[in-house]
Amino acid sequence: MSDTAAPATRRSNPIHWLGYGLVGVIVLIGLISFVWTPYPLSDMAGGRLEAPSWEHWAGTDRLGRDLFTQLMIGARIALVVGCGAVLIGGSIGVVTGVLAAFATRFADDALAAVFDILIAFPTLLIAMLVVAAREEASLGTAILALGIGLSPIVGRVTRILTKRVLSQDYITAARVSGTGWGAIVIWHVLPNIAPFLGVNLALQFGLAVMAEASLSYLGLGAPPPNASWGRMLQEAQGTVYTAPWGAVLPGLALFVLVIGVNLLADSLRDRFDPTRRER
Amino acid sequence: MTLLSVENLTLATRDARLVEDLSFTIAPGERFGLIGESGSGKSLTSLAVTGLLPQAIRATGRITLDGTEVTGAPESRLTALRGSAVATVFQEPLTALDPLMPLGRQIAGPVRRRLKREGADTAAVAAEVRALMEQVRLPDPDRLLRAYPHEVSGGQRQRVAIAMALACRPKLLIADEPTTALDVTTQAEIVTLLLDLVRERGIALLFISHDLAVVGQVAERVMVMRHGRAVESGTAAQVLTAPRDEYTRTLVAAARRFDDALEGRG
Amino acid sequence: MTLLQVENVGFAYGKGRAVLEDISFDVPRGANVGLVGESGSGKSTLLRLLLGLDSPQRGRILFDGAPLDARDRGYMRGYRRQVQAVFQDPYSSLNPAHRIRRIVTEPLRSLKIPGDHRQMAEAAITSVGLTPDTLDRYPHQFSGGQRQRIAIARAIVARPALLLADEAVSALDLSTRVRVVDLFRQIARDMTMVFVSHDMGVVAALCDRIVVLDRGRIVEAGDTAAILKNPQHPYTQSLLSSIPRMPDAAQPQDPT
Repeated sequence: MSDTAAPATRRSNPIHWLGYGLVGVIVLIGLISFVWTPYPLSDMAGGRLEAPSWEHWAGTDRLGRDLFTQLMIGARIALVVGCGAVLIGGSIGVVTGVLAAFATRFADDALAAVFDILIAFPTLLIAMLVVAAREEASLGTAILALGIGLSPIVGRVTRILTKRVLSQDYITAARVSGTGWGAIVIWHVLPNIAPFLGVNLALQFGLAVMAEASLSYLGLGAPPPNASWGRMLQEAQGTVYTAPWGAVLPGLALFVLVIGVNLLADSLRDRFDPTRRER
Repeated sequence: MTLLSVENLTLATRDARLVEDLSFTIAPGERFGLIGESGSGKSLTSLAVTGLLPQAIRATGRITLDGTEVTGAPESRLTALRGSAVATVFQEPLTALDPLMPLGRQIAGPVRRRLKREGADTAAVAAEVRALMEQVRLPDPDRLLRAYPHEVSGGQRQRVAIAMALACRPKLLIADEPTTALDVTTQAEIVTLLLDLVRERGIALLFISHDLAVVGQVAERVMVMRHGRAVESGTAAQVLTAPRDEYTRTLVAAARRFDDALEGRG
Repeated sequence: MTLLQVENVGFAYGKGRAVLEDISFDVPRGANVGLVGESGSGKSTLLRLLLGLDSPQRGRILFDGAPLDARDRGYMRGYRRQVQAVFQDPYSSLNPAHRIRRIVTEPLRSLKIPGDHRQMAEAAITSVGLTPDTLDRYPHQFSGGQRQRIAIARAIVARPALLLADEAVSALDLSTRVRVVDLFRQIARDMTMVFVSHDMGVVAALCDRIVVLDRGRIVEAGDTAAILKNPQHPYTQSLLSSIPRMPDAAQPQDPT
């Protein structure tokens, strides 16, 4: 109610830079893996369960394969899975969430209940059901399964965010200006839910990567020779006391990526917030 | 012998000064009006008087209420003051009242607290609640005792808020925009009610509003605030009919524009 | 020459109590009509009906002689070119993610109005007293009064015949309110206006005709001057007498 513009504060947070850094390192490693790895993946020339050394920076596994190569390829897989799952889950979730927000009261309550019921199922369980339904374990199946698994959460968040935007006067103003509902969703709703949704999707990315590792650990993820970090953990199970680096290193890699993404998620909101432009 | 004394009060956050060098006094039984538009700092001042400023705001200067210093006082001393020395009625009764508690219980809260404080028998609470409801002219007390805030009108909610404030038997009543959220017909009733009550009981009144005409009806002395500073003070009649300060003059002229329009002098 | 005719309009949400009952009034071309009512009077619902956001269950609304059919999309496109609105909350009526230029030109785009949109936006923004560089900025960089001016610019950019204002100055400070009311007076010279408000003072300053609503019904209607001087209905009378007045300059007011 004042006649002077409200000042906005900008916080430049060093934690965000840490997030960008951690994720950046993993992305870099993943990209490099396309053109170069220390050894070919299936090269079993190294000694068994060797400790990290100059020849094998991360040591070798029980079949003599270089672990660092596996870590690099695992990075690539983790990123592909994360992006793929978020893309699929995000698309399904945003579409269903926006539609739910427009539903009339009865349908809205019903859809909200559906979302909540689906969320109550562990993502992993849904993913396992999808893998079982497809009757084959592959990278594509894992991505699809995880995407479907995380879509109800995205749907629920989208529904709430969209409803909040729809209650604003600028939506009524747009209707009075002759703007159709489709254009309203694209130009008015999506830009205003994007900041919060972006944070949520970034967090889902981390969850998807963890879930993929779990799937692979259970043997339901991408089959060999794909070297997912989860599968590395599974293979290192038996020798965790004699050759701990085989489990610690992929575990550490997972930790770095997920922490990095979570830190980055917070900074995304500030980035996308329209009230922080030109201030 | 002042009831409330505010001396050189400055309220600041890390980036800005919200109130600067504010000074005024209120005598027992006096009706004082604080006029300001949004951003003037008037509401913050009332929060400072009751020691309810948010953490991020630092207060410098002195506020003395009923002989006790408020600025820098520990929470225990402030809690003792609130209720016995001062009570507040806020603008939006829908948010000032607990939406999940029946009105009767909400009024009983401060009544019980005061009776305990005075060492009296808490069995008298029910009778006192009814007496208060009568004093604020709430109709149909049996129904309202059991009703929830959303089941009654805005005017009735505000009367309940006033009853709760009076239950404490405060020496100073702070009313922060108490009529702004109400219909104009209800506004007039609440203003009359407030005036009658404070006069009967000799309670001092700090009435905060952006509506000059309402303040003119209620207050004896007024102070006009702008951007955290006091720009003019004096008797209500004087400030509202012959303002000296430039800003006050614009406000008074604006209010008179609409007044004149109502008189047909568009 | 009547621009807007409301005939026996009735409306209820769902099967609930009627929010509006038997509403009839006319708005002549070029007039400024004030719709006065307190909370629960139905004035906001009436405005929604006039904007075609809902359809009346009884009665009808005629605009320029033709009935307002909110469900006919072709008709509504033409209607929206003629009828625009300004809303109450300046902090909620502008999309925070859009630049002002985009906001102000939206009616031109959505209604496919021919012409140089940039130029029309500039003309609209200067006519509400703001400078053209306003168009490059975002809503959060402006105050409540300025945002309301931007909202007015958006409403008039397509040069509508009828402007509807829903408590358009209620959320503004007193000093800003006067300035925006003056702006409305200026704009109203070239178009017809219906101003919904609970504030009699504002309506008296702006409108030449008043329609008073109480609990969904019209209790009084007529010329502003006549109603102010001689209110007939008890509700109108109590409305006017409840308004606190400034102390008289000649006799300092003693609070009763």
